[in-house]
Amino acid sequence: MSLLLFIEQTLNGLQFGVMLFLMAAGLTLVFGVMGLINLAHGSLYMVGAFAAAAVAAATGSFLLALVASFVCAAFAGILIEFFIIRRLYDRDHLDQVLATFALILIFSEGTRWVFGSFPLFLDTPEWLSGTVMLPFGIEYSLYRLAIILVGLIVAAGLFWMIARTRVGIRIRAGENDREMIAVLGVNISLLYTFVFALGAALAGLAGALIGAIQSVQVGMGEPVLILAFVVVVIGGIGSISGAFVGAILVGLTDTLGRTMLPVFFGLFLEPSAATSLGASLSSMSIYLLMIGVLLFRPKGLFGGA
Amino acid sequence: MTKPLLDVRGVSKSFGAVQASTDINLDLREGEIHALIGPNGAGKSTLIKQIAGGLRPDSGTVFCDGQDITGLSTAARARLGMGRTFQISSLAMDYSVLQNVVLGALGRRGDIFRFFRPVMKDADLLATANQALEMVGLEDVKNFMTSELSHGQRRQLEVAVALTLSPKVFLMDEPMAGLGADGSRRLMELLGKFKQMAPILLVEHDMDAVFALADRISVLVYGKIIASGSVEDIRGNPIVRSAYLGEEIDA
Amino acid sequence: MRKEPVLNMALLIALLAFPLWAWAADEPFLITLTTRAVIFAIAGVGLNFALGFGGLVSFGHAAFFGLGGYVMGVLAFHAQTYTPVLDWPFVINGTKSMPIVWMVAIALSGALAVAIGALSLRTSGVYFIMITLAFAQMLYYFTISWSTYGGEDGLSIYVRNDFPGLNTMDPIQYYAICYVLLLIVLGLVYAISKSAFGLALGASRQNEDRIQAVGQGPFGLYLTAFAISGAITGLAGVLHADLNRFVSPTMFSWHTSGEIMIFVILGGVGRVFGPVAGAVLFIVLEHTLGGLSEFWHIYLGAMLLGVVLFARGGLIGLIAGREVAHD
Repeated sequence: MSLLLFIEQTLNGLQFGVMLFLMAAGLTLVFGVMGLINLAHGSLYMVGAFAAAAVAAATGSFLLALVASFVCAAFAGILIEFFIIRRLYDRDHLDQVLATFALILIFSEGTRWVFGSFPLFLDTPEWLSGTVMLPFGIEYSLYRLAIILVGLIVAAGLFWMIARTRVGIRIRAGENDREMIAVLGVNISLLYTFVFALGAALAGLAGALIGAIQSVQVGMGEPVLILAFVVVVIGGIGSISGAFVGAILVGLTDTLGRTMLPVFFGLFLEPSAATSLGASLSSMSIYLLMIGVLLFRPKGLFGGA
Repeated sequence: MTKPLLDVRGVSKSFGAVQASTDINLDLREGEIHALIGPNGAGKSTLIKQIAGGLRPDSGTVFCDGQDITGLSTAARARLGMGRTFQISSLAMDYSVLQNVVLGALGRRGDIFRFFRPVMKDADLLATANQALEMVGLEDVKNFMTSELSHGQRRQLEVAVALTLSPKVFLMDEPMAGLGADGSRRLMELLGKFKQMAPILLVEHDMDAVFALADRISVLVYGKIIASGSVEDIRGNPIVRSAYLGEEIDA
Repeated sequence: MRKEPVLNMALLIALLAFPLWAWAADEPFLITLTTRAVIFAIAGVGLNFALGFGGLVSFGHAAFFGLGGYVMGVLAFHAQTYTPVLDWPFVINGTKSMPIVWMVAIALSGALAVAIGALSLRTSGVYFIMITLAFAQMLYYFTISWSTYGGEDGLSIYVRNDFPGLNTMDPIQYYAICYVLLLIVLGLVYAISKSAFGLALGASRQNEDRIQAVGQGPFGLYLTAFAISGAITGLAGVLHADLNRFVSPTMFSWHTSGEIMIFVILGGVGRVFGPVAGAVLFIVLEHTLGGLSEFWHIYLGAMLLGVVLFARGGLIGLIAGREVAHD
């Protein structure tokens, strides 16, 4: 396998990773601050993608579509937080899993009802299509590079917010001691809604960004959701840095595994066996990674509390 | 002098820069109530965990009836005869009073991995359980749900369960906490009754109970035992008085 | 008279009367529908043992359901193609004998549960949920790529397995088999719930300090419960694959794990008959609501949400009321 291919796949892994980070950041914040497992996060990813597709089809503007994805997902997040999620904060994990699983059903079928079963199309915009020349003579998709950049900017933004702003301080305090910050007069309700909506908006944005290179269809959020959970667990619940490191790790493992494992097995197995074994092992690799991390660091890499 | 039933020797534990326990020496002799007192933050819970299980000391040893239990799990220590009550009542709240006590008797007998005989019809276990309930005076409420019991009754129930284990020692963590005058009196009677069965290491804040019940008192401040002796010794000890000056004594 | 045992009896009688009526009325589809409910009930009883009685929130029980299914599929495939499963180190042939397939499935599912449990039970809370999910996911992806047995498309089995003395292709006879197995499984779980092990497991679920204080570590209890739970759900997987004469990786999917959880919660967590009520309710909903609208999952979701938020005890809890002190 050539070095060029390897670098390209590494970039793809990074792109996958930052997108997973957008999903995982919301998930880990919600879990860290509110102690809530939210399976419906994947549905918010889907909502963002559908909103973007609908707006892009109506206005022809990709940027507007992205804004729409962010806003619609945030709005959906605020709605479900207000009516349903806030009743779950005091419940045990089983209740949260079941209730948010119920939300998945409602969102998925609801979307299918509104938009039908066929995938929608969201195209990458003119000004972002095509390739760009990178050092070492690598030609890489401009759009994917843009995703990586957006992801890094969002990550930087989140780090800044958590470390430097009042909201960030409240979030960090809330993760440490929920009762304490209530006693200190912080408006918990508002904080929780904000955190939830922020997570939702990021998920929606991720959905829109990826929707342009994959398809926009019902259930698109679910594989991503599971991976996002794996990222959160690997990184440690409540830790944005953990989510970032975990996401990059998972993204690279998955992408590089997919390309490299069949090649590796091809060294001593026949091609069809090598491909299938390599493919299945690479899908399993992420879970093996998570199990490995949990056995040595039961609270994840950066998990402390 | 008879061998102590519980012997804590040179136990030390630190968490990073915080020295939670420093060279603790403590023992519990037959037939006595040895009270452990100290202001909040003195490191009592850390010490209890090192004695009852859950935390391993950095150095030092804990002996129970001559056996080194320092590295044993909580369950293993219970099997060896360490009866324990918790600061916050740890009972199976969805079970009836009788079920909780039968559970204790079952743990004592050891045959938990039986799958087909109805355990609440086991004559043997019921006999042990009923006996324990009578000893603490809860036989009238044995079919009540534990969640329906008053705070004081739950304390009594914890003692009953500990009794079914035929313990060699009792470790009681603030049993008086949250009890009114009546409940305290009843519990104090029980403790006085049981110390002959098994000596009690009594961690307490309630100084009335301590001075009334204790045969010996040890005072824990900032992880160190600063004084140990009879009730009169401790009452008159200037170091102890200054450690408690300005502190809340009653819980 | 206490309501719960009456309700349980009513369920069992209904599950006997309805298919018999359907048989007399020559409605084989309805018999098959009830068979599905009973099989789901068995799967739910398995999960409920770990989740309801042990407090172990496993989001990966599809691992056992799928394993049961694939045991049936693999053994039947080799039987129908007249090839051995293994040539070396010793010969294992395929089989279509139900009792043998059940034994193998129960043993393997139980063993898998011990393996998964031994690793997963070192964690708790959300980590436990995730790690059980991860194991099921691994099996899911593994079977997708295992083209020998159909991969993503799954495996079709031509004829239902055999049971001595019965015509298993006859819906009512296959139903009878499943019903009897449900009774056996329910009897088993009921007996265990009243046993010493059951008392200790329940205590551990409620308060781990308490069970340790009586001299028993929780890990051994949980692992045993998890093993029994996996074995029962594995049996359900065999029956499911045999009913449909089809097995595919979806049996391992997390949706399947979620659905099994739904049966348990709808009926009432921790009640022995909870999953029976839940599975019946689910099938009824699927049949009636599904007939009305192809989007019936919305209503299922809404109902599930309602149960979780407002009717915590599930269907049985709603009808029979809070559990009272045991005698």
